[in-house]
Amino acid sequence: MESTNAKYVSQKISKTRWRPVSSSALQQPHIFATGSWDNEDNKISIWSIGDHGLPGMEDELEGDPQLLCEYRHDGDVLDLQFLDQDRIVTASSTGAVTIFHHHQNSQTISVARQWARAHRNPCDNAPCTGVVCNSPEIVTVGEDGRIILFRADQEGAVRIIENADSNSIHAVTFLRTTEILTVNSIGQLKLWDFRQQSSSPSQILSLTGDRVPLHCVARHPNQQHIVATGGQDGMLCVWDVRQGNTPFSLIEAHSAEMWEVHFHPTNPDHLFTCSEDGSLLHWETASHSDMPSFLQGGRNNSMISRSAMAPAGGNQSLISAWLAGDSGKGRLETTHMLPSQTLSVNSLDVLGQCLVCGTDEEAIFVNRQVPV
Amino acid sequence: PFLHALTPTFLFVSQVKDEDIYSPILRKLFNESHHIFVGLQTIREDLPSKNKKPQFVSISKSYRSVIRACMEELQQVVSILLAIELIWNLCEVLFIDAVPAGSLLLHLLDWVRLHKADVDEKAREVLQSESPVEHHGYWDVVVSYVLQGRLEEARQMLAKQAAQQYADKNMYKLMDNLLSKMPVYNPGSIHTLTEFDVKWRHWHEEVDRCLQDKSFASNVHLELICKILVGDEDTLLEHKELLSTWYHFLVTRLLFAHPTIKPTELHYYAQSCMAMFLDSRSAPETLDSILLAAFDFDIHQVIKDCSIALNNWWFVAHLTDLLDHCKLLQSHNLHFGSNLREFLLLEYASGLFNHHSLWQLAVDYFDHCPEFGRVYLELHIERVPLDTERKALKVLRICEQRQMPEQVRSICKIMAKRALRNNRLGSALSWSIRAKDAAFATLISERFLQDYCTRGTFSDLDLIDNLGPAMLLSDRLTFLVKYHEFHKLYGEKCFTEAAKLLLSLITAKIAPRSFWMTLLTDALPLLEQKEVSQTHPHLSLGLYDLTVICVFWSFQEEDIELTKVELLRLALARNLAKAIVKEGTVDA
Repeated sequence: MESTNAKYVSQKISKTRWRPVSSSALQQPHIFATGSWDNEDNKISIWSIGDHGLPGMEDELEGDPQLLCEYRHDGDVLDLQFLDQDRIVTASSTGAVTIFHHHQNSQTISVARQWARAHRNPCDNAPCTGVVCNSPEIVTVGEDGRIILFRADQEGAVRIIENADSNSIHAVTFLRTTEILTVNSIGQLKLWDFRQQSSSPSQILSLTGDRVPLHCVARHPNQQHIVATGGQDGMLCVWDVRQGNTPFSLIEAHSAEMWEVHFHPTNPDHLFTCSEDGSLLHWETASHSDMPSFLQGGRNNSMISRSAMAPAGGNQSLISAWLAGDSGKGRLETTHMLPSQTLSVNSLDVLGQCLVCGTDEEAIFVNRQVPV
Repeated sequence: PFLHALTPTFLFVSQVKDEDIYSPILRKLFNESHHIFVGLQTIREDLPSKNKKPQFVSISKSYRSVIRACMEELQQVVSILLAIELIWNLCEVLFIDAVPAGSLLLHLLDWVRLHKADVDEKAREVLQSESPVEHHGYWDVVVSYVLQGRLEEARQMLAKQAAQQYADKNMYKLMDNLLSKMPVYNPGSIHTLTEFDVKWRHWHEEVDRCLQDKSFASNVHLELICKILVGDEDTLLEHKELLSTWYHFLVTRLLFAHPTIKPTELHYYAQSCMAMFLDSRSAPETLDSILLAAFDFDIHQVIKDCSIALNNWWFVAHLTDLLDHCKLLQSHNLHFGSNLREFLLLEYASGLFNHHSLWQLAVDYFDHCPEFGRVYLELHIERVPLDTERKALKVLRICEQRQMPEQVRSICKIMAKRALRNNRLGSALSWSIRAKDAAFATLISERFLQDYCTRGTFSDLDLIDNLGPAMLLSDRLTFLVKYHEFHKLYGEKCFTEAAKLLLSLITAKIAPRSFWMTLLTDALPLLEQKEVSQTHPHLSLGLYDLTVICVFWSFQEEDIELTKVELLRLALARNLAKAIVKEGTVDA
């Protein structure tokens, strides 16, 4: 793809995230943050791809990301999220959770708050593997099997679920404001309700008999019961968390670990995955077909009837094509987003028409004309 | 001796420390060239060589553009990079592109021009001055253009002079004419090299005539240019500072004396030019020897000299690999040719493996070393520090893709031990299962069972309940899972099933000795259950048999609890009575 160029940055990139744009503005995102890993001195960096008000301008040549500022990070950056326009939360391999403040006027970064040993083991470090934010709340998970709830303005943790998981938790996302989903290294998807005081999950889902580790989880932006996961075998699974123990769709997406999966935030018929196999795929369901997708080989009859009770005047896009079952693969369009095979693509983020990703070959790719 | 050859213009730094090699800018070099390297390995063998050559040239240019990209950012090491770009460029012209006579000179001209960019700077300075023709550098620029064969630009500069010189107007016109008529070989034209040669000789004679006629005698500058055009060596040598290097001198001399030079004739001229240009007192520098070896088409010497002079394997490894793909190393010392490539790649990749980050790149290099690559990879991969599970998984992926089960086991074992040390039994068990390490799985299961004995409850049920077939890895693990299942059944009041399970656990002999007492104690309440004793008398009889044996056995053990044993005996006796009655009733 002509509009995707590699920028080599001399650090292995573990995470890339767009800075959120205010929903009222029609702007495309132009600032993103990256985190590095496997360096003696890791860092978080903030980049700009130039401020172009209107999308679709012919200025790929100026698309080269420029470094605005960077800051030393202790340990690998295992996860990174924007808390708001100015603050970034990172999860470190040392077990620390840190809030960084990006001062836009001076283009500097400072540490706003740090929970140094949020995740810990008795003898060694316990890496903090995932962080998710819903300002001011921050939820983190780690290899110590803990789930911790912080508030950005509070010094101590609000709540700690000890031994939430007997194995390492790999990722976390919000399902609702009071519910989170975690995935672990034995292939289980667990739902946690913070309104309950117990330290057990309210629901456990897993592929029966399968212990393939899961690495990422994403929730459909509009339909809160639809969740996508990816794991060690590169399979993309789409689940309906109301429905029970098995995923609705199973797609052989990659030939190695899938590190991240993202629904496009405003066009959720588009899904993006990246993998250790060096590819980044753009999945698009053909939900604009004449025949509604839920009528084409849907697995579960009761699902069909439920969809038929969609609100009056509700359009077909409410009925997600993602839940069409195995036969859904035939109507999925898949596009490779990177020009050629590289080492692992560790992270991606997509917002508006812009996509950014980072690889183990120490390169960042930015594409500003993603067809969504 | 080479290591002392340090000059301001050219530096083969011998004391560059490892950190310098791995500076951030050079990392880009390593990563981008890794990408090119992998692409090169996938060029199909079965294509005809005429199809492959353009690809090889293109790849060569890619490598060079990577070098140039790094050069733009890195000032300190730029001199080394300049040198290796110079060498690589020459190797591309002579070996990879292997241009024939005619084009050869054109390529060499490009080569020289690329590495002598200061002419343009000077020209800019002159042109931007108030009166360019009066600038002190004006004639230097004109002569430099001529020396580089950039006659169009020379003409343009001269035109400025001509415009102001009414007296010598005709001379300038004549010079302009000569400059415009110099034949330049066009590889794509229908005319052969011989025809070009004839044309060129005519032109050369015309220039010579102008000299003999003293047409430019009154203008010292134009006379000088004329002498250059005719290829006069002494004149050329008078301008050493403008030429600055012997190889520039060589190319200029060839341009104006032997433009149809053949590749095989190069080395003779190279030798003589170097001798003429350099001071007889000083020994040739390392760079000079390398270039000379290249002109000599002695590829092996080039590689050898570069290997010694540079203390980083990057350059020789990648260049040799490309040359090997072009099948250029095979015409010499056949069996050594391919080993040389592999040797250099192994050295380079081993160096990468010692880097905390760049080790991932090394894997692809080892993959493409057919003889020893695998062995090297096996040795190195085990030494990668594993700070996080994420990193361990990446290393495991590399091992599993290449069928390296030993390394997989060893890595999983390391992770399992670490988890165990931190009391993360669930994690430890998962790693043991992945390692298929029965012994470790047994160890961890014992810990689980110990925990149960001390606390009375099981931990990590989400794991134990979902092991599936993995539980068969070790007897102890199977026992752990089944024992928990027994408790679950009992809790759900499925006493029959629970009793059956308990019986099988004892009979299958997978229960550890230390647990027998516990099992028997568990049997106690079961024996009391009506469901067991009445509806499945044979079950309880079976239990009875075994428990008797067990009890007598435990009697011999030192640390038995007498009360427990007493209770057991009582229960057994009662049960036996019931059972016998029942049995009798049934059979009757």
